[in-house]
Amino acid sequence: MNSIEVHNLSKTFGDIEAVKDVSFDVKKGEIFAFLGPNGAGKSTTIKMLTTLLHPTSGTMRVDEKDPILHPEEVRRSFGIVFQDPSLDDELTAYENMNFHGLLYDVPKEIRQTRIDELLRFVELYDRKNSFVKEFSGGMKRRLEIARGLLHHPKIIFLDEPTLGLDPQTRNHMWSYLQELNITEGVTVFFTTHYMEEAERVAGRIAIIDHGSIVALGTARDLMEKTGTKTLEDAFLGLTGKKIRDDEAGKNDNIRMARRVWTARK
Amino acid sequence: MKTIFVLWIRQLLRYGRSKSRMFGSLAQPVLFLVSLGFGFSTVFEKAGQGNYIEFLAPGIIAMSIIFTAIFTGMDVIWDRQFGFLKETLVAPVSRFSIMFGRTLGGATVATAQGAIVFLISLLAGFRPVSLALVPFAVVIMIMIAVLFTALGTMIASKLTDMHGFQLIINFLVMPLFFPFRSNFPFGGIAGCFIIYSWNKPAFVRSRRFAGSSYRNEPLWIRS
Repeated sequence: MNSIEVHNLSKTFGDIEAVKDVSFDVKKGEIFAFLGPNGAGKSTTIKMLTTLLHPTSGTMRVDEKDPILHPEEVRRSFGIVFQDPSLDDELTAYENMNFHGLLYDVPKEIRQTRIDELLRFVELYDRKNSFVKEFSGGMKRRLEIARGLLHHPKIIFLDEPTLGLDPQTRNHMWSYLQELNITEGVTVFFTTHYMEEAERVAGRIAIIDHGSIVALGTARDLMEKTGTKTLEDAFLGLTGKKIRDDEAGKNDNIRMARRVWTARK
Repeated sequence: MKTIFVLWIRQLLRYGRSKSRMFGSLAQPVLFLVSLGFGFSTVFEKAGQGNYIEFLAPGIIAMSIIFTAIFTGMDVIWDRQFGFLKETLVAPVSRFSIMFGRTLGGATVATAQGAIVFLISLLAGFRPVSLALVPFAVVIMIMIAVLFTALGTMIASKLTDMHGFQLIINFLVMPLFFPFRSNFPFGGIAGCFIIYSWNKPAFVRSRRFAGSSYRNEPLWIRS
Protein backbone atom coordinates (compact mmCIF):
# COMPACT_ATOMS: atom_id res chain seq x y z
CA MET A 1 0.00 0.00 0.00
CA ASN A 2 1.44 3.37 -0.96
CA SER A 3 0.91 6.63 0.84
CA ILE A 4 2.42 8.75 -1.91
CA GLU A 5 2.79 7.84 -5.57
CA VAL A 6 4.50 10.13 -8.03
CA HIS A 7 4.78 9.35 -11.75
CA ASN A 8 6.80 11.38 -14.24
CA LEU A 9 6.23 14.58 -12.35
CA SER A 10 7.60 17.77 -13.96
CA LYS A 11 7.39 21.44 -13.16
CA THR A 12 8.83 24.25 -15.24
CA PHE A 13 8.97 27.93 -14.35
CA GLY A 14 9.49 29.82 -17.59
CA ASP A 15 12.44 27.99 -19.12
CA ILE A 16 13.77 26.65 -15.82
CA GLU A 17 12.97 23.01 -15.22
CA ALA A 18 12.67 22.83 -11.44
CA VAL A 19 11.47 19.22 -11.38
CA LYS A 20 12.15 16.83 -14.28
CA ASP A 21 10.30 13.58 -14.77
CA VAL A 22 10.41 12.49 -11.14
CA SER A 23 8.86 9.17 -10.08
CA PHE A 24 8.83 7.51 -6.66
CA ASP A 25 6.55 5.79 -4.15
CA VAL A 26 6.36 6.13 -0.40
CA LYS A 27 4.83 3.18 1.46
CA LYS A 28 2.28 3.55 4.21
CA GLY A 29 3.96 4.02 7.57
CA GLU A 30 7.37 4.65 6.05
CA ILE A 31 9.83 7.37 7.06
CA PHE A 32 11.09 8.75 3.77
CA ALA A 33 13.90 11.28 3.36
CA PHE A 34 14.20 13.57 0.39
CA LEU A 35 17.73 14.92 0.09
CA GLY A 36 19.35 17.26 -2.36
CA PRO A 37 21.53 20.36 -2.65
CA ASN A 38 19.97 23.82 -2.60
CA GLY A 39 17.70 24.47 -5.54
CA ALA A 40 17.44 20.78 -6.45
CA GLY A 41 13.65 20.81 -6.51
CA LYS A 42 12.80 19.47 -3.04
CA SER A 43 10.51 22.28 -1.95
CA THR A 44 8.85 22.46 -5.37
CA THR A 45 8.00 18.75 -5.15
CA ILE A 46 6.58 19.20 -1.64
CA LYS A 47 4.52 22.17 -2.83
CA MET A 48 3.03 20.09 -5.61
CA LEU A 49 2.22 17.19 -3.27
CA THR A 50 0.60 19.55 -0.79
CA THR A 51 -1.69 21.23 -3.38
CA LEU A 52 0.14 24.58 -3.32
CA LEU A 53 1.47 24.24 -6.88
CA HIS A 54 0.16 22.61 -10.02
CA PRO A 55 2.62 20.38 -11.89
CA THR A 56 3.36 21.02 -15.54
CA SER A 57 2.94 17.31 -16.26
CA GLY A 58 2.83 13.95 -14.50
CA THR A 59 0.51 12.38 -11.97
CA MET A 60 0.47 12.17 -8.17
CA ARG A 61 -1.48 10.27 -5.55
CA VAL A 62 -1.44 11.42 -1.94
CA ASP A 63 -3.30 9.02 0.31
CA GLU A 64 -4.73 7.50 -2.88
CA LYS A 65 -6.22 10.80 -4.03
CA ASP A 66 -5.16 13.21 -6.73
CA PRO A 67 -4.06 16.59 -5.26
CA ILE A 68 -5.14 18.40 -8.44
CA LEU A 69 -8.61 16.91 -8.71
CA HIS A 70 -9.43 16.58 -5.01
CA PRO A 71 -7.41 19.24 -3.19
CA GLU A 72 -9.73 19.44 -0.16
CA GLU A 73 -9.61 15.71 0.56
CA VAL A 74 -5.86 15.64 0.12
CA ARG A 75 -5.45 18.65 2.43
CA ARG A 76 -7.41 16.81 5.07
CA SER A 77 -5.12 13.79 4.87
CA PHE A 78 -1.77 15.44 5.57
CA GLY A 79 -0.11 17.69 8.11
CA ILE A 80 2.83 19.90 7.26
CA VAL A 81 5.69 21.72 8.95
CA PHE A 82 7.00 24.42 6.64
CA GLN A 83 10.56 25.57 6.28
CA ASP A 84 9.48 29.04 7.43
CA PRO A 85 7.50 29.47 10.63
CA SER A 86 3.75 29.56 10.15
CA LEU A 87 2.53 30.16 13.68
CA ASP A 88 0.83 33.35 14.75
CA ASP A 89 3.23 35.01 17.18
CA GLU A 90 0.57 37.16 18.78
CA LEU A 91 -1.53 34.18 19.75
CA THR A 92 -0.95 31.66 22.52
CA ALA A 93 0.14 28.09 21.87
CA TYR A 94 -3.34 26.90 22.73
CA GLU A 95 -5.02 29.39 20.39
CA ASN A 96 -2.78 28.37 17.52
CA MET A 97 -3.77 24.76 18.09
CA ASN A 98 -7.45 25.55 18.56
CA PHE A 99 -7.69 27.59 15.36
CA HIS A 100 -6.06 24.77 13.47
CA GLY A 101 -8.64 22.38 14.89
CA LEU A 102 -11.45 24.71 13.83
CA LEU A 103 -10.10 24.98 10.30
CA TYR A 104 -9.92 21.19 10.02
CA ASP A 105 -13.38 20.69 11.53
CA VAL A 106 -12.17 18.64 14.48
CA PRO A 107 -15.23 18.26 16.78
CA LYS A 108 -15.00 20.23 19.99
CA GLU A 109 -14.60 17.42 22.58
CA ILE A 110 -12.03 15.59 20.50
CA ARG A 111 -10.25 18.88 19.84
CA GLN A 112 -9.82 19.73 23.52
CA THR A 113 -8.49 16.34 24.55
CA ARG A 114 -6.30 16.00 21.46
CA ILE A 115 -4.75 19.45 21.99
CA ASP A 116 -3.90 18.66 25.61
CA GLU A 117 -2.55 15.27 24.63
CA LEU A 118 -0.33 16.65 21.86
CA LEU A 119 0.93 19.57 23.94
CA ARG A 120 1.94 17.08 26.64
CA PHE A 121 3.55 14.94 23.97
CA VAL A 122 5.81 17.78 22.76
CA GLU A 123 6.29 18.96 26.37
CA LEU A 124 4.64 22.34 25.96
CA TYR A 125 1.57 21.70 28.09
CA ASP A 126 2.63 23.99 30.93
CA ARG A 127 3.26 26.75 28.40
CA LYS A 128 -0.06 26.38 26.62
CA ASN A 129 -1.24 29.87 27.54
CA SER A 130 2.03 31.60 26.70
CA PHE A 131 2.34 33.71 23.58
CA VAL A 132 4.23 32.07 20.75
CA LYS A 133 6.48 35.14 20.43
CA GLU A 134 8.01 34.20 23.81
CA PHE A 135 9.01 30.75 22.52
CA SER A 136 12.47 29.71 21.36
CA GLY A 137 13.04 28.33 17.87
CA GLY A 138 12.92 24.75 19.12
CA MET A 139 9.69 25.28 21.04
CA LYS A 140 8.06 26.82 17.99
CA ARG A 141 9.07 23.84 15.91
CA ARG A 142 7.65 21.43 18.47
CA LEU A 143 4.42 23.38 18.53
CA GLU A 144 4.23 23.28 14.74
CA ILE A 145 4.67 19.54 14.78
CA ALA A 146 1.96 19.16 17.42
CA ARG A 147 -0.31 21.38 15.36
CA GLY A 148 0.37 19.44 12.17
CA LEU A 149 -0.74 16.26 13.93
CA LEU A 150 -3.93 17.64 15.47
CA HIS A 151 -6.31 16.45 12.76
CA HIS A 152 -4.91 12.88 12.73
CA PRO A 153 -3.16 13.17 9.39
CA LYS A 154 -2.07 10.01 7.62
CA ILE A 155 1.03 11.71 6.23
CA ILE A 156 3.20 14.41 7.70
CA PHE A 157 5.44 16.54 5.47
CA LEU A 158 8.43 18.22 7.10
CA ASP A 159 10.45 20.69 5.02
CA GLU A 160 13.84 21.04 6.74
CA PRO A 161 12.22 20.74 10.16
CA THR A 162 15.47 20.72 12.11
CA LEU A 163 17.14 23.68 10.45
CA GLY A 164 18.81 25.84 13.09
CA LEU A 165 17.98 23.54 16.01
CA ASP A 166 20.56 22.26 18.46
CA PRO A 167 21.33 18.52 18.57
CA GLN A 168 19.32 18.04 21.79
CA THR A 169 16.17 19.52 20.32
CA ARG A 170 16.69 17.63 17.08
CA ASN A 171 17.11 14.37 18.89
CA HIS A 172 14.01 15.05 20.95
CA MET A 173 11.98 15.96 17.92
CA TRP A 174 12.88 12.81 16.06
CA SER A 175 12.08 10.63 19.02
CA TYR A 176 8.53 12.08 19.04
CA LEU A 177 8.18 11.55 15.34
CA GLN A 178 9.49 8.01 15.44
CA GLU A 179 7.20 7.18 18.33
CA LEU A 180 4.28 8.60 16.42
CA ASN A 181 5.26 6.72 13.33
CA ILE A 182 5.12 3.48 15.32
CA THR A 183 2.02 4.15 17.43
CA GLU A 184 -0.21 5.88 14.88
CA GLY A 185 1.35 4.60 11.68
CA VAL A 186 1.86 8.12 10.32
CA THR A 187 3.88 8.28 7.11
CA VAL A 188 6.74 10.79 7.46
CA PHE A 189 8.12 12.58 4.40
CA PHE A 190 10.95 14.98 5.18
CA THR A 191 13.77 16.99 3.64
CA THR A 192 16.98 17.86 5.42
CA HIS A 193 20.57 18.91 4.93
CA TYR A 194 21.79 16.81 7.87
CA MET A 195 22.94 13.51 6.43
CA GLU A 196 23.32 11.67 9.72
CA GLU A 197 19.73 12.52 10.52
CA ALA A 198 18.51 10.92 7.32
CA GLU A 199 20.75 7.91 7.90
CA ARG A 200 19.46 7.42 11.42
CA VAL A 201 15.72 7.83 10.99
CA ALA A 202 14.79 7.28 7.35
CA GLY A 203 13.79 3.87 6.00
CA ARG A 204 14.51 4.94 2.45
CA ILE A 205 16.22 7.97 0.99
CA ALA A 206 15.78 9.66 -2.37
CA ILE A 207 18.51 11.97 -3.62
CA ILE A 208 17.38 14.64 -6.03
CA ASP A 209 19.68 16.88 -8.04
CA HIS A 210 18.94 19.37 -10.82
CA GLY A 211 15.30 18.35 -10.64
CA SER A 212 15.85 14.60 -11.18
CA ILE A 213 16.14 11.71 -8.75
CA VAL A 214 19.70 10.40 -8.99
CA ALA A 215 19.43 7.61 -6.42
CA LEU A 216 16.79 5.93 -4.26
CA GLY A 217 17.20 3.29 -1.59
CA THR A 218 18.20 2.65 2.00
CA ALA A 219 21.23 4.46 3.37
CA ARG A 220 23.16 1.18 3.02
CA ASP A 221 22.12 0.82 -0.64
CA LEU A 222 23.35 4.31 -1.42
CA MET A 223 26.69 3.75 0.29
CA GLU A 224 27.17 0.42 -1.47
CA LYS A 225 26.25 1.92 -4.80
CA THR A 226 28.88 4.62 -4.48
CA GLY A 227 31.42 2.55 -2.57
CA THR A 228 31.57 5.01 0.29
CA LYS A 229 31.51 4.65 4.06
CA THR A 230 29.17 7.45 5.07
CA LEU A 231 25.96 8.82 3.63
CA GLU A 232 27.57 12.23 3.38
CA ASP A 233 30.26 10.80 1.06
CA ALA A 234 27.63 8.92 -0.90
CA PHE A 235 25.67 12.15 -1.26
CA LEU A 236 28.71 14.06 -2.46
CA GLY A 237 29.60 11.20 -4.79
CA LEU A 238 26.16 11.35 -6.37
CA THR A 239 25.65 15.09 -6.56
CA GLY A 240 29.24 16.31 -7.01
CA LYS A 241 31.24 18.70 -4.89
CA LYS A 242 30.43 21.83 -6.78
CA ILE A 243 28.81 24.47 -4.58
CA ARG A 244 25.41 25.47 -5.89
CA ASP A 245 24.95 29.15 -6.51
CA ASP A 246 21.44 29.24 -5.30
CA GLU A 247 20.15 32.58 -6.50
CA ALA A 248 18.73 34.79 -3.80
CA GLY A 249 15.07 34.15 -4.32
CA LYS A 250 12.22 36.39 -3.46
CA ASN A 251 11.76 34.58 -0.21
CA ASP A 252 15.28 35.37 0.88
CA ASN A 253 14.56 39.03 0.32
CA ILE A 254 11.39 38.83 2.36
CA ARG A 255 13.21 36.91 5.09
CA MET A 256 15.83 39.62 5.21
CA ALA A 257 13.27 42.41 5.29
CA ARG A 258 11.41 40.60 8.03
CA ARG A 259 14.49 40.35 10.19
CA VAL A 260 15.12 44.06 9.85
CA TRP A 261 11.47 44.82 10.42
CA THR A 262 10.96 42.66 13.49
CA ALA A 263 14.21 43.87 15.01
CA ARG A 264 12.96 47.42 14.70
CA LYS A 265 9.70 46.62 16.38
CA MET B 1 -18.32 29.94 8.37
CA LYS B 2 -15.79 28.63 10.87
CA THR B 3 -12.96 29.72 8.62
CA ILE B 4 -14.31 33.25 8.35
CA PHE B 5 -14.77 33.36 12.11
CA VAL B 6 -11.23 32.08 12.81
CA LEU B 7 -9.59 34.63 10.54
CA TRP B 8 -11.77 37.46 11.80
CA ILE B 9 -11.27 36.78 15.50
CA ARG B 10 -7.57 36.36 14.95
CA GLN B 11 -7.26 39.89 13.56
CA LEU B 12 -9.18 41.27 16.53
CA LEU B 13 -7.04 39.38 19.03
CA ARG B 14 -3.90 40.65 17.38
CA TYR B 15 -5.18 44.21 17.40
CA GLY B 16 -6.28 44.12 21.00
CA ARG B 17 -3.00 42.64 22.16
CA SER B 18 -0.46 44.86 20.51
CA LYS B 19 -1.08 48.00 22.49
CA SER B 20 2.08 49.61 21.22
CA ARG B 21 0.97 49.23 17.63
CA MET B 22 -2.47 50.57 18.48
CA PHE B 23 -1.05 53.71 20.07
CA GLY B 24 1.58 54.02 17.37
CA SER B 25 -0.99 54.11 14.63
CA LEU B 26 -3.05 56.64 16.57
CA ALA B 27 -0.11 59.00 16.86
CA GLN B 28 -0.19 60.04 13.21
CA PRO B 29 -3.85 61.13 12.96
CA VAL B 30 -3.62 62.86 16.31
CA LEU B 31 -0.53 64.69 15.19
CA PHE B 32 -2.25 65.81 11.99
CA LEU B 33 -5.32 66.85 13.87
CA VAL B 34 -3.39 68.89 16.38
CA SER B 35 -0.71 70.38 14.17
CA LEU B 36 -2.83 71.08 11.10
CA GLY B 37 -5.96 71.79 13.08
CA PHE B 38 -4.58 74.31 15.51
CA GLY B 39 -1.91 75.50 13.13
CA PHE B 40 -4.26 76.54 10.35
CA SER B 41 -7.35 77.40 12.34
CA THR B 42 -6.60 81.12 12.69
CA VAL B 43 -5.85 81.53 8.99
CA PHE B 44 -8.93 79.55 8.12
CA GLU B 45 -11.14 81.70 10.32
CA LYS B 46 -9.63 84.93 9.02
CA ALA B 47 -10.46 83.77 5.52
CA GLY B 48 -14.05 83.59 6.63
CA GLN B 49 -14.33 79.83 6.40
CA GLY B 50 -15.38 79.04 9.95
CA ASN B 51 -13.97 76.42 12.28
CA TYR B 52 -11.10 74.46 10.71
CA ILE B 53 -11.31 71.51 13.14
CA GLU B 54 -14.89 70.97 12.02
CA PHE B 55 -13.62 70.94 8.49
CA LEU B 56 -10.58 68.78 9.12
CA ALA B 57 -11.82 66.08 11.51
CA PRO B 58 -13.81 63.95 9.02
CA GLY B 59 -10.80 63.88 6.73
CA ILE B 60 -8.49 62.74 9.52
CA ILE B 61 -10.92 60.04 10.59
CA ALA B 62 -11.15 58.76 7.03
CA MET B 63 -7.38 58.93 6.71
CA SER B 64 -6.79 56.81 9.79
CA ILE B 65 -9.27 54.23 8.53
CA ILE B 66 -7.72 54.14 5.08
CA PHE B 67 -4.16 53.80 6.41
CA THR B 68 -5.02 51.10 8.90
CA ALA B 69 -7.11 49.24 6.32
CA ILE B 70 -4.51 49.30 3.55
CA PHE B 71 -1.71 48.25 5.88
CA THR B 72 -3.69 45.43 7.44
CA GLY B 73 -4.51 44.28 3.95
CA MET B 74 -0.89 44.45 2.93
CA ASP B 75 0.16 42.40 5.94
CA VAL B 76 -0.75 39.48 3.69
CA ILE B 77 2.77 39.67 2.25
CA TRP B 78 4.27 38.61 5.60
CA ASP B 79 1.44 36.44 6.58
CA ARG B 80 1.63 34.33 3.48
CA GLN B 81 5.31 33.56 3.95
CA PHE B 82 5.81 33.60 7.71
CA GLY B 83 2.43 33.63 9.25
CA PHE B 84 -0.71 31.84 9.97
CA LEU B 85 -2.06 32.54 6.49
CA LYS B 86 0.30 29.96 5.05
CA GLU B 87 -1.21 27.42 7.39
CA THR B 88 -4.70 28.20 6.19
CA LEU B 89 -3.66 27.70 2.55
CA VAL B 90 -3.03 23.99 3.10
CA ALA B 91 -6.16 23.59 5.26
CA PRO B 92 -9.26 22.05 3.68
CA VAL B 93 -11.11 25.35 3.41
CA SER B 94 -12.04 27.56 0.47
CA ARG B 95 -9.73 30.35 -0.61
CA PHE B 96 -12.67 32.70 -0.71
CA SER B 97 -13.53 32.25 2.95
CA ILE B 98 -9.88 32.79 3.94
CA MET B 99 -9.71 36.13 2.15
CA PHE B 100 -13.21 37.12 3.20
CA GLY B 101 -12.52 36.43 6.88
CA ARG B 102 -9.24 38.24 6.77
CA THR B 103 -10.74 41.27 5.04
CA LEU B 104 -13.60 41.42 7.53
CA GLY B 105 -11.12 41.26 10.39
CA GLY B 106 -8.96 44.02 8.94
CA ALA B 107 -12.01 46.16 8.25
CA THR B 108 -13.27 45.74 11.80
CA VAL B 109 -9.90 46.81 13.15
CA ALA B 110 -9.78 49.83 10.82
CA THR B 111 -13.30 50.89 11.79
CA ALA B 112 -12.39 50.63 15.47
CA GLN B 113 -9.34 52.75 14.81
CA GLY B 114 -11.54 55.34 13.05
CA ALA B 115 -13.96 55.35 15.98
CA ILE B 116 -11.11 56.05 18.40
CA VAL B 117 -9.91 58.94 16.24
CA PHE B 118 -13.49 60.23 16.15
CA LEU B 119 -13.58 60.26 19.97
CA ILE B 120 -10.22 62.02 20.08
CA SER B 121 -11.42 64.63 17.58
CA LEU B 122 -14.36 65.32 19.90
CA LEU B 123 -11.81 66.23 22.54
CA ALA B 124 -10.08 68.50 20.06
CA GLY B 125 -13.27 70.40 19.54
CA PHE B 126 -15.02 68.64 16.66
CA ARG B 127 -18.82 68.75 16.87
CA PRO B 128 -20.88 66.75 14.37
CA VAL B 129 -23.80 68.71 12.95
CA SER B 130 -26.32 66.25 14.25
CA LEU B 131 -26.06 63.13 16.40
CA ALA B 132 -28.63 61.45 14.21
CA LEU B 133 -26.05 61.37 11.44
CA VAL B 134 -23.49 59.46 13.51
CA PRO B 135 -24.90 55.95 12.79
CA PHE B 136 -24.88 56.84 9.12
CA ALA B 137 -21.28 57.96 9.48
CA VAL B 138 -20.41 54.60 11.02
CA VAL B 139 -21.92 52.79 8.03
CA ILE B 140 -19.73 54.84 5.71
CA MET B 141 -16.70 54.22 7.91
CA ILE B 142 -17.30 50.46 7.63
CA MET B 143 -17.66 50.76 3.86
CA ILE B 144 -14.39 52.67 3.55
CA ALA B 145 -12.67 50.14 5.80
CA VAL B 146 -13.90 47.14 3.79
CA LEU B 147 -13.00 48.76 0.49
CA PHE B 148 -9.45 49.64 1.47
CA THR B 149 -8.70 46.42 3.32
CA ALA B 150 -9.76 44.54 0.23
CA LEU B 151 -7.65 46.87 -1.91
CA GLY B 152 -4.60 46.35 0.31
CA THR B 153 -5.13 42.59 0.22
CA MET B 154 -5.44 42.66 -3.53
CA ILE B 155 -2.23 44.61 -3.97
CA ALA B 156 -0.41 42.37 -1.49
CA SER B 157 -1.49 39.22 -3.26
CA LYS B 158 0.15 40.54 -6.44
CA LEU B 159 3.36 41.71 -4.76
CA THR B 160 5.93 39.02 -4.21
CA ASP B 161 8.48 40.99 -2.24
CA MET B 162 8.81 44.10 -0.16
CA HIS B 163 10.31 46.34 -2.85
CA GLY B 164 6.90 47.36 -4.04
CA PHE B 165 5.85 48.39 -0.58
CA GLN B 166 7.36 51.88 -0.59
CA LEU B 167 6.03 52.38 -4.08
CA ILE B 168 2.50 51.71 -2.92
CA ILE B 169 2.85 54.09 -0.01
CA ASN B 170 4.18 56.90 -2.17
CA PHE B 171 1.96 56.45 -5.19
CA LEU B 172 -1.25 55.23 -3.68
CA VAL B 173 -1.61 55.96 0.01
CA MET B 174 -0.19 59.47 0.20
CA PRO B 175 -1.99 60.76 -2.92
CA LEU B 176 -5.19 59.39 -1.44
CA PHE B 177 -4.64 61.46 1.64
CA PHE B 178 -3.37 64.82 0.46
CA PRO B 179 -6.04 65.92 -1.99
CA PHE B 180 -8.85 65.30 0.48
CA ARG B 181 -10.80 68.47 0.16
CA SER B 182 -11.64 67.97 3.75
CA ASN B 183 -8.05 68.56 4.77
CA PHE B 184 -7.32 71.63 2.70
CA PRO B 185 -9.88 73.83 1.03
CA PHE B 186 -8.84 73.64 -2.60
CA GLY B 187 -9.66 77.15 -3.69
CA GLY B 188 -7.78 78.99 -6.37
CA ILE B 189 -6.02 75.94 -7.59
CA ALA B 190 -5.70 74.56 -11.08
CA GLY B 191 -8.86 72.92 -12.35
CA CYS B 192 -7.29 69.54 -12.90
CA PHE B 193 -6.45 69.29 -9.25
CA ILE B 194 -9.99 69.99 -8.27
CA ILE B 195 -11.24 67.27 -10.58
CA TYR B 196 -8.62 64.94 -9.15
CA SER B 197 -9.67 65.72 -5.65
CA TRP B 198 -13.35 65.26 -6.13
CA ASN B 199 -12.89 62.09 -8.06
CA LYS B 200 -11.64 60.44 -4.91
CA PRO B 201 -14.58 58.53 -3.58
CA ALA B 202 -13.03 58.49 -0.15
CA PHE B 203 -12.97 62.24 -0.16
CA VAL B 204 -16.63 62.59 -0.98
CA ARG B 205 -17.47 60.12 1.74
CA SER B 206 -15.22 61.75 4.25
CA ARG B 207 -16.90 65.06 3.66
CA ARG B 208 -20.30 63.56 4.09
CA PHE B 209 -20.00 61.09 6.82
CA ALA B 210 -19.57 63.18 9.87
CA GLY B 211 -22.02 65.78 8.67
CA SER B 212 -19.43 68.47 8.90
CA SER B 213 -20.85 71.94 8.92
CA TYR B 214 -18.55 73.38 6.30
CA ARG B 215 -20.89 75.87 4.71
CA ASN B 216 -19.28 77.00 1.51
CA GLU B 217 -19.10 73.66 -0.18
CA PRO B 218 -20.21 73.54 -3.79
CA LEU B 219 -23.43 71.78 -4.64
CA TRP B 220 -21.90 68.79 -6.35
CA ILE B 221 -20.51 67.55 -3.08
CA ARG B 222 -24.00 67.10 -1.81
CA SER B 223 -25.14 65.16 -4.83
